[in-house]
Amino acid sequence: MKYSSQKVALWYFIVALVLFAAQVTFGLLAGYIYVAPNFLSELVPFNIARMIHTNALIVWLICGFFGAAYYLIPEEAEREIHSVKLAYIQLVIWVVGSGGAVISYLFRVHEGREFLEQPLWVKLGIVVAALMFLYNVSMTVLKGRKTTISNVLLLGLWGLAVFFLFAFYNSVNLAIDKMYWWYVVHLWVEGVWELIMVSILGFLLLKLTGVDREVIDKWIYAIAALALFSGVLGTGHHYYWIGTPGYWQWIGSIFSTLEVAPFFAMVVFSFVMVWKGRRDHPNKAAILWALGCATMAFFGAGVWGFLHTLSSVNYLTHGTQVTPAHGHMAFFGAYVSLNLAIITYAMPILLKREPYNQVLNMISFWLMTGGMAFMTFVLTFAGVVQTHLQRVMGEYFMDVQDQLIFFYWMRLGSGVIFVIGALLFIYAMAKPQKELIESGAQEVAPAE
Amino acid sequence: MSEMMTKSKARNIFYGGSLFFFVIFIGLTAQSHLYVLNESSNNDQLSESVIRGKHVWEKHSCINCHTILGEGAYFAPEVGNVFVRYGGIDDPEGAKDSIKEWMKAQPTGIEGRRQMPQFNLTDEELDDLANFLEWTSKIDTQGWPPNDAG
Repeated sequence: MKYSSQKVALWYFIVALVLFAAQVTFGLLAGYIYVAPNFLSELVPFNIARMIHTNALIVWLICGFFGAAYYLIPEEAEREIHSVKLAYIQLVIWVVGSGGAVISYLFRVHEGREFLEQPLWVKLGIVVAALMFLYNVSMTVLKGRKTTISNVLLLGLWGLAVFFLFAFYNSVNLAIDKMYWWYVVHLWVEGVWELIMVSILGFLLLKLTGVDREVIDKWIYAIAALALFSGVLGTGHHYYWIGTPGYWQWIGSIFSTLEVAPFFAMVVFSFVMVWKGRRDHPNKAAILWALGCATMAFFGAGVWGFLHTLSSVNYLTHGTQVTPAHGHMAFFGAYVSLNLAIITYAMPILLKREPYNQVLNMISFWLMTGGMAFMTFVLTFAGVVQTHLQRVMGEYFMDVQDQLIFFYWMRLGSGVIFVIGALLFIYAMAKPQKELIESGAQEVAPAE
Repeated sequence: MSEMMTKSKARNIFYGGSLFFFVIFIGLTAQSHLYVLNESSNNDQLSESVIRGKHVWEKHSCINCHTILGEGAYFAPEVGNVFVRYGGIDDPEGAKDSIKEWMKAQPTGIEGRRQMPQFNLTDEELDDLANFLEWTSKIDTQGWPPNDAG
């Protein structure tokens, strides 16, 4: 840790991991309700469990982004954070808002649009926290060294805040409501969040591989360009069936097919940098997460996104289990893994330890990645069967669901594996260990 | 990456191109906005009751179990066409009554069946919700869903 103010990142990462634990717990509950529908049906009905599952995901990912920015921006700008105090006040607002949202959901206090259920005071808190954050990091960058990594990261974070403002516009006309709802949801995850992703990934590769910054910078701009060139008009794949004009079927199909390109480029980018890199960085777990992030994002967001993005395919699959299959792996690959990668990298440095527990961490990587891959496969099968029975044969929804129970049991199993992986990750981060276990330990053993 | 592409070139392509695509997107959104208001959604039939019905839909977070026009959770049936599925094209009042009766009869409590909570809606709220679902079913959705099953 070169700058003492980077320490604030530690608290952001801790809060992020606590919310991560809450997210997967409620995910497990929702998965269990699928196979045992009477479970807690009065106390925590499915809609509440799912609301907490998705909202906790969003707030912990953003909390992780904040932490990542507070960690890397001082190193990039070569100066301390503008105001450490402001960063802590911002975190307090974030914790009160996130915790307040989860508790109020349990008491049925929420708004009614998917993912934007936060009560108004929480939404306003999010805006205030985001403004404090943007002011803080922007001032740090403006006064310090300006790099590609911090430029693209800041652009992504500003975009995140700007597009969130559409959460305050809820038209009385459902079709209009949906159209601008996607300004938040799509332009986040398939737009500006990709800028955040590529810049954090670039920072990690710079530190872990020792490749020349000039090379990293060019890749970052190229990938960011691919992301926005495809992703902005790619919003069209959500405008097929909600009352918007028919031309979106063409625009959405073409541009969202191209959305695979930035994710493929990130795979090439990260693997080429690791191969080219001369540095033998001791934190192997961070390298694993960085490579895993690019790979799983490519499959989850890229391949599984393409799977149902052409309008002729989407006509049949829209709103079936194919969508959560894609959603789970895409979020895990792109944004969960990204956060876990930067946390894996930064945590030992913030705690002033060697990366001791990395074997445990790497086991958690394989548990989570394997669990999520299996979950995606079974949901895809469920979605294909559902598409055929419901959309082609015309059988009714609940009759079809009864035939999918086997897949839902397997999804629950993969969820259990994932949760074990998540808890193991948190344990590996939290528990201090005295001994350094190195993968190549026998080579460095002293000669007798 | 090739030496032809300098960093500043890559940066300029990124900024310029993104702005270009963004302007196109805003333009098409504006056109779509007008299309929804004037052509696809019967905006003139958006009565006070339909508007209140949308609020009932939101207040109880129906979207975290159901889908509407294919968006939402995948735990419970599509409701964008529930009015059609209940025979509303031939018998609008009958379909709306069926929707209201369904709401009142929940939860079934049957073991092994997915449970829909009892939301204790007033008669006015039930009417509003039914009117909202009728209005929604008439949005021109380019022929989606493929059949009444939703």
